[in-house]
Amino acid sequence: MSDPNWQPRIVAFFCNWCTYTAADLAGVSRIKYASNACVIRLMCSGRVDPQFILDALAKGADGVLIGGCHPGDCHYGEGNYKTMRRFQMLRRLLRDMGIEDQRVRLEWISASEGERVKTVINDMVEQVRALGPLNLPQHRAEWDGEMTSSTEPAGQPAEQEAAHA
Amino acid sequence: MNTQNKNGEVRIGFYICHCGMNIAGVVDCPSVAQYIAKLPGVVVSRDYKYMCSDPGQELIRQDIREHKLNRVVVASCSPSLHEHTFRNAVESGGLNPFYFQMVNIREHDSWVHTDRAQATAKARALARAAISRVRFHRALETTRAPINPDVLVVGGGISGIHAATTMANAGKKVFLVEREPSIGGQMAKFDKTFPTLDCAACILTPKMSAVRSHKNITLWTYSEVVKVEGYVGNYTVTVKRKPRYVNEDLCVGCLECIQACVFKEPKFADEFNMGLSKRKPIYIPFTQAVPPVVVIDPERCLQVRTGKCKKTCLEACADRQAIDFTQKEELVEIKVGNIIIATGFKLFDAKRIPQYGYGLYPNVITAIELERFVTSSGPTGGEIVMRDGHHPKSVGFILCVGSRDMKTNRWCSRTCCMHSMKLAQLVREHTDADVTVFYMDIRAPGKGYEEFYDKSLKEGIQFVRGRVAEVTDWAMAPEEEGKLVIRVEDTLAGFVRRVPVDMIVLATGMEPQADSQEVRRLFNMSCGSEGWFLEKHPKLAPVSTFTDGVFIAGCCQGPKDIPDSIAQAGAAAAEAMALIDKGYIEQEPNTAYIVEADCSGCKSCIPLCPYTAISLDDATQKAKINEALCKGCGTCVAACPSGSIRQNLFEDEEIFSEIEGVLSYV
Repeated sequence: MSDPNWQPRIVAFFCNWCTYTAADLAGVSRIKYASNACVIRLMCSGRVDPQFILDALAKGADGVLIGGCHPGDCHYGEGNYKTMRRFQMLRRLLRDMGIEDQRVRLEWISASEGERVKTVINDMVEQVRALGPLNLPQHRAEWDGEMTSSTEPAGQPAEQEAAHA
Repeated sequence: MNTQNKNGEVRIGFYICHCGMNIAGVVDCPSVAQYIAKLPGVVVSRDYKYMCSDPGQELIRQDIREHKLNRVVVASCSPSLHEHTFRNAVESGGLNPFYFQMVNIREHDSWVHTDRAQATAKARALARAAISRVRFHRALETTRAPINPDVLVVGGGISGIHAATTMANAGKKVFLVEREPSIGGQMAKFDKTFPTLDCAACILTPKMSAVRSHKNITLWTYSEVVKVEGYVGNYTVTVKRKPRYVNEDLCVGCLECIQACVFKEPKFADEFNMGLSKRKPIYIPFTQAVPPVVVIDPERCLQVRTGKCKKTCLEACADRQAIDFTQKEELVEIKVGNIIIATGFKLFDAKRIPQYGYGLYPNVITAIELERFVTSSGPTGGEIVMRDGHHPKSVGFILCVGSRDMKTNRWCSRTCCMHSMKLAQLVREHTDADVTVFYMDIRAPGKGYEEFYDKSLKEGIQFVRGRVAEVTDWAMAPEEEGKLVIRVEDTLAGFVRRVPVDMIVLATGMEPQADSQEVRRLFNMSCGSEGWFLEKHPKLAPVSTFTDGVFIAGCCQGPKDIPDSIAQAGAAAAEAMALIDKGYIEQEPNTAYIVEADCSGCKSCIPLCPYTAISLDDATQKAKINEALCKGCGTCVAACPSGSIRQNLFEDEEIFSEIEGVLSYV
């Protein structure tokens, strides 16, 4: 936050048929938007393993965007419904980890919505910028450090808890 | 083909394309190439003006030979444009084409960003991700699936008719499905066609009857597609055949049943004549209808509605026994390899612009209504009459009604200028009325169209430039009494005019069909924001859609005139036949597969597959994937708890390394 040159880094997983094509359309239409999101192409948003999202955050992303076809429009029929379901589960986990909702977003963008690619990315970049860096790799190092230093004294309360249970 | 990676050595060639100034104008290409050159495994890293050109591709082939490359990464445009080109180049250079990875730095970078430093940084990140990913690529083979040579054409307007006959003439079996009781579409309603003023019926009806008599065409009118399953080469389509209560094969089109109907006088609005005439519950859509058989309107027929009718029509039909009140709705399943969508357009509802007075003033009509008036087979037998029966002495045409208008539709409907000028000429031919055309711009860009405009001017048709503000019957001068007054700013003369006329014709624009969204979903297509079906590429693939084997033709893709619709229909037919005559479909090898050793047989993947490609092997108690059914969405891969389902081209390690790649560049 103290670094004035800090730029949010967003990893985007776009499905091949709708959102990736929409991003292509945004390009063809020369719509300008923030350069902070790098797109990884997948065939379907259903391929987005929650681990990809966690991995991106763990490796230093400040936000993750998943783009798929609108409900009912999935090229594979229902892949986006599976994504939606998984996303709800993952959201709970992320909240427990203290990761703000604005950092991980699921958006439906159809192949014709080039303008929406701009709106979503710009909006997300601004929100993440306001939240500041996530710095998960650094935090993880700190947490790991805490774990190692507290291994011995932490043994007792854990046993007590186990006894209560 | 490639053995080098067995000993683990990866030799990557990286190429960044300038695309003229399209990429190089915003991204510093040489600096990206220099940055990538330092990454481990990268043997050559070059920037080049046009990678997709012959010398660009040759560069790749030469490097594969000279530097013994076993991986190739090209940073250029979208993979949807040139992935195929570069895979072919890599293959002709002697490598398996799937050792290739493409980076999109044009559509996703240089075209959407303006800051050179930021765009270059993004290009580096994306390129680095591809370099990390390509290490994990494996040699893959494309699989081939057989293609069903039969074709479905949806929509029996001029586009559908032309596409169907073109393919049928080439020996393909075609199913033509039309929602209305007759084929012909909008063109059947026209009297004459611009710019040649040849009779629409004379050029259309022979094509319509050719459809019916063609041995390769199965024509189903009064039918709708309700379900589409499968994929290119192997579609299973369910068609709902609505009961017309008349056996098409037995009816000879004598029309005696219509005479005999218990309704002595026609009393229901005739759809074909835009409600300008009446029909009975049993009717024929129009004289030249194909098939030339009657149809019974279930909403109006006493027998169908109540079951209590004398059934005089049955008596009239006598021993032909064509009328059959026991007909039920039927669902028919057909199998086809390709589908051509030609579902057309609907006309803008002029009531949406109340200031033009359509529906309020009886002598404000739409262009298609005038079209029916001037047709000799129309409700007035070719006479242009006002509602009071008199011939108009003056007619005004208002253009761009529901087109080029921020309040209704922004697009130009492309045909209304020409259509109005044609009607204006026909009005001059049929009456001695003065004709004034109120236009914003005359758009006459086709072959012979500008000449047609000149002809209109020479024939004494007046043109006033300006968007009409309103139509009113409030007379402010004696010559305006009893007339409709058009208020308009004449933008060439620079003042507001009041022009009194007897009859006003609104050139209503074209709109997507009301159910275009449902149709789009049915066939897995996309729509533009206006609702027209979206083509795969606006220039290079104008009749293809994002779903392979589904093509679009005619006005369902956007407003167009008859020559353009026919050209598109021919193009769609050619595209479909190119697939059919190839004989097989090449499938991208992005299917999922099981690592049996890791599978615990938990079965969580089985219900996830929309194609039922996964099942449990009884013998091994492990999941197995039917590769022929798998479409490569990867949903099961993401869900497998043990990570034992994997996906070709989208392996976990490939994606994880891509994530790492985009994030490791600071």
